[in-house]
Amino acid sequence: MSDQPAARAVMRDGLWDNNVVVAQMLGLCPTMAVTSSATNGLGMGLATLVVLLMSNVLISALRHWVPAEVRIPVFIVLIAGMVTLVDLCLNAWFHDLYKVLGIFIALIVVNCAVLGRAEAFASRHAVALSAVDGLATGLGFTLALTLMGALREVTGAGTLFAGASLLLGPQFAFLETKVADAGALFMILPPGGFLVLGLLIAARRRLQHWSESRQPAALPAPAAQ
Amino acid sequence: MSRPLPDAPWFPGVTLGVVMLVTTAVLAFAQGATRDAIEQAQADDTRQLLTQILPPGYADNNLLSDTLQLNGPSGAPLTVYRARHGGTLKAVLYEMSGNGYGGRIVLLMAVDMSGRVVGVRVTRHNETPGLGDKVEAARNPWIRSFDGRALGDPPPARWAVKKDGGDFEQFAGATITPRAVVAAVRQGLEFFAAHKAALSGDGAVVEGERK
Repeated sequence: MSDQPAARAVMRDGLWDNNVVVAQMLGLCPTMAVTSSATNGLGMGLATLVVLLMSNVLISALRHWVPAEVRIPVFIVLIAGMVTLVDLCLNAWFHDLYKVLGIFIALIVVNCAVLGRAEAFASRHAVALSAVDGLATGLGFTLALTLMGALREVTGAGTLFAGASLLLGPQFAFLETKVADAGALFMILPPGGFLVLGLLIAARRRLQHWSESRQPAALPAPAAQ
Repeated sequence: MSRPLPDAPWFPGVTLGVVMLVTTAVLAFAQGATRDAIEQAQADDTRQLLTQILPPGYADNNLLSDTLQLNGPSGAPLTVYRARHGGTLKAVLYEMSGNGYGGRIVLLMAVDMSGRVVGVRVTRHNETPGLGDKVEAARNPWIRSFDGRALGDPPPARWAVKKDGGDFEQFAGATITPRAVVAAVRQGLEFFAAHKAALSGDGAVVEGERK
């Protein structure tokens, strides 16, 4: 195995350089669907993070046994099976959590970011590194969704993290803030989602250009190996 | 690659088959292993919901075992839970549904034996978060505005949201959702009125009111 990137680089990649939502633009279906509030974004992000971590580990562990011709169907079967398993277990033994996250879990199967990471990373790298990648990608997804949800919620409803105590437990009720009495309904409806996503993507690019122009090749990039 | 995979043409297909088989077996096993726990959790949910909707002093029986099956307004069978206190039938509880902005809205309602609403809770819906989801009791007290209402109170024409000339508030930005809930509650009360005799007794159980 050559070309193993360092865990740090993988982390940075998932969180910023190759953030699934604002850089790779994968998984936009759940992104648009649930980011009408910061709490929903956070819930979807966390549930996806767990699934990404598990699917990356499983697929990386099996990568030497899966022939290239059937790898995509095999990955899909594994991901869908695992999500269903998580769904059943949560429903049976963590029912309160299930009632809050249940709606998100079924949506994760159709998140192409999970398959994307399985194909682009986990099927080519060792288990531990794939776990780091799953974690980084999941965190990047969670951050993007929470940020998007927060922006839409503040402008659209005038609240922030409304319902956080329903998702995270009563000790997180302090997160719930009221900014204004009402907002522009438009932002909570789908068009607002596209608008905020576009602005976030633009903002990320701007920041990227700015930080690149500030460090004019002073530090040569460390060798990949 | 640590070692090459067999080159035979059957190998990919067989691998896929094995993966499918193992996954299916694991899921079948998991479903069997979780079935009881899930049923238990759902029964707990229903029980919790049923007792939550009733004020204290309405029920000391096991609501889940004191049920009736009737034909609901849509013709589909409807399970009616009956709340008794000290053997007296105090209220009946059943589910009604309406068509909201994002699909079916299911609500559970409790009606006392004089036909007044004891409580209503939305149990399942798919309404816009931040707008239509105010019908949830945890998010907004609106759903309690039905408490104590009956078919004649307000009069039938005013069983509607204010925008339609009725007595019930709507939400800013969401009219379809509360309209659907008001209609469903009204339908539930009409169901009660039409089936009062069937709902209040099956003869087998002693009823306090009749003595």
